[in-house]
Amino acid sequence: MDIVTFAAVVLAASPPIIFAVIGETITEKAGVINLSLDGSILLTAMTAFVVALTTNNLILGCLAGMAVGAAIALIIAFASLTLKQPQVATGFVLTLLCRDLAYVLGNPYSRVPGPQVPHTPIPGLMNLPVIGPILFDQNPVVYLSLVLIVLTWAYMYKTQPGLKLQGLGEKPAATYVRGVNVNRMRYVYTAVGGALVGLGGAAFSLLVKPGWARPYGIEGTGWIALAIVIFGGWRPLRAAAGAYFFVLLQMLANTLQSALPSVPTQVFPTLPFPLMILTLVLVTLGNADWVNRLLNRLPEGVARWLRRTIKALQTSPPAALGTVWEKQ
Amino acid sequence: MSRAADWGLRIAGIGAALLLVTLILAALGTSPAQAFRLIWDGAVGSPAKFAYVLTAWAPVLLCAAGLLLTFAAGLWNIGIEGQVVMGAIFVTGMLRLTQDVLPPAAALFLAALAGIVGGALWAALAGVLRLYGQVNEIFGGLGLNFIAGSLTVYLVLGPWKRAGIGSTSGTQPFPPKLWLPPILPGINVSLVEIVVGLAAIVLVCLALRGTYFGLRLKAIGKNLRSAFLLGVPTERHMLAAFALCGALAGLAGWVLVVGTSSRHQLFPLISGGYGFLGILVVLLANLNALWSIPISLFFAAISMGSLQLALQAQLDSSLGGVIQGLLVLAVLIVGGIRSRLAAASSERTARSR
Repeated sequence: MDIVTFAAVVLAASPPIIFAVIGETITEKAGVINLSLDGSILLTAMTAFVVALTTNNLILGCLAGMAVGAAIALIIAFASLTLKQPQVATGFVLTLLCRDLAYVLGNPYSRVPGPQVPHTPIPGLMNLPVIGPILFDQNPVVYLSLVLIVLTWAYMYKTQPGLKLQGLGEKPAATYVRGVNVNRMRYVYTAVGGALVGLGGAAFSLLVKPGWARPYGIEGTGWIALAIVIFGGWRPLRAAAGAYFFVLLQMLANTLQSALPSVPTQVFPTLPFPLMILTLVLVTLGNADWVNRLLNRLPEGVARWLRRTIKALQTSPPAALGTVWEKQ
Repeated sequence: MSRAADWGLRIAGIGAALLLVTLILAALGTSPAQAFRLIWDGAVGSPAKFAYVLTAWAPVLLCAAGLLLTFAAGLWNIGIEGQVVMGAIFVTGMLRLTQDVLPPAAALFLAALAGIVGGALWAALAGVLRLYGQVNEIFGGLGLNFIAGSLTVYLVLGPWKRAGIGSTSGTQPFPPKLWLPPILPGINVSLVEIVVGLAAIVLVCLALRGTYFGLRLKAIGKNLRSAFLLGVPTERHMLAAFALCGALAGLAGWVLVVGTSSRHQLFPLISGGYGFLGILVVLLANLNALWSIPISLFFAAISMGSLQLALQAQLDSSLGGVIQGLLVLAVLIVGGIRSRLAAASSERTARSR
């Protein structure tokens, strides 16, 4: 496979992860952790497939997935922002609950053939050299994922409300003084993020992995998406890059699988997980005391180089992430 | 808030959860009354069936006991599933080494120790990642869960393959001399499993209530920074909480390999979700050790009952998970409403003075 085709294949497989990662980045930027991703994605994938199948309407399927994703996120927002219960606890319970609910409710629709998002190359643009086949010989969902990345970046860093969104997660008190209703806006961004996660689920069952089954075969992806948000340093462009990198590695693992027939095939799908841990160690290493102590002991030249590398990789969460804000 | 109103709220929460389950069942075209009866029959319909519930109770009790320690220290040990698996792997390895050379009792005892070590090491790894690699224990633990699962698959298909059969169904089952003996003939649960589970949770309860270790763990859980400034060696205590939780999870792995009605082999997904079920139990018990005992029995009954339901009513066995999840969610939300009402009423009394 040549590199252009490979890039096109990676892009075609990426929308679910992109939607989930961008959605969660928005939610966490506002200071709320939606830990339920692994369950949310399964439940919304199942919902989107069943609705699209029964109504024979792909858009209704996507909307249903988004509505369910937003509803799950709103439960977390209500439990944490209004009732002051720990976000991680609610999120974790919902992870398991949504997964089981998807299996129970989706049971009658298991392995039923259903509708799929059609392939829609953009005439003219698709004939451009290199970028044509990669970017414009795809389907509406892929185009939407690309637009979403750019829009989210522009909104967050180039607009007034985007600046306030950053404030919600960094310094809610200061944002409140600027006239923002902190909890209401956190509700809004949690719901928006959850809806995007739901769109990610829909992109799985209507495009990348059409249909429904138990197990669906993407179990664990939600946790990877949460890790990519950390790797992405809560910035949409870097998070998107992380998501593409993950899909690329998945593709490479598939290739590796056919090259190494002696290793059991069930081992390959778990390869991303050690990698996830390693990546998280890399991006958080700069926050550890012993690393800084060690660096101080190294010769100046080496230490400076290492420090610069660690600094480039390092990410830190929004300062108020996961905390409850109350008007004094 | 009055005591009656308090209890009324709790019952309303549980009622709401059960109402949702009823609606789900109705939506699937199953008679809810019949479904609940099938779950009940599946769990306690006969002494043999109740023995299965007790079989599931033991690993949940062990996991809940361990999790009480990590939760006390404010740690989310989601890696517990992998720690159960790692325990089972070490147990299987030890039994393979000793089954032909040692008397069964000695082999079983050494296997239990191996399980404890395996679980503790895997948990300590999550702790090291958290404390020295700054990787949140949720992600470290999750990743380690998947790695332990994939290691199982590798062992089952590779070095520990059954002679002639290359499938993921599991390793060669151990002979009956390495099974824990049943309490009574026909009642396939061993006294050892239940006693180990109950002893673990009672010991943890005592440690948390009556020892400096427990007190320090709780101090760390309440406020890590203050505990550190007050001279508690926080890192050592958090690592100890991880390792102890992993040790108990590893013992759960032992029960899952040698228990009377276990499959007596290592197979993929051997942890069976018991670790996560332990998390739900401890959350529902609001981190109370004694409440965890009946709640874990109740949850084990729901799990086993819904397995029977799935066999008889064309439903997915995850229905048990839905019931458990909805109950915990309802209790979390009701807990929030209660403290909100309590805060509002104390504010009112403060103002009226």
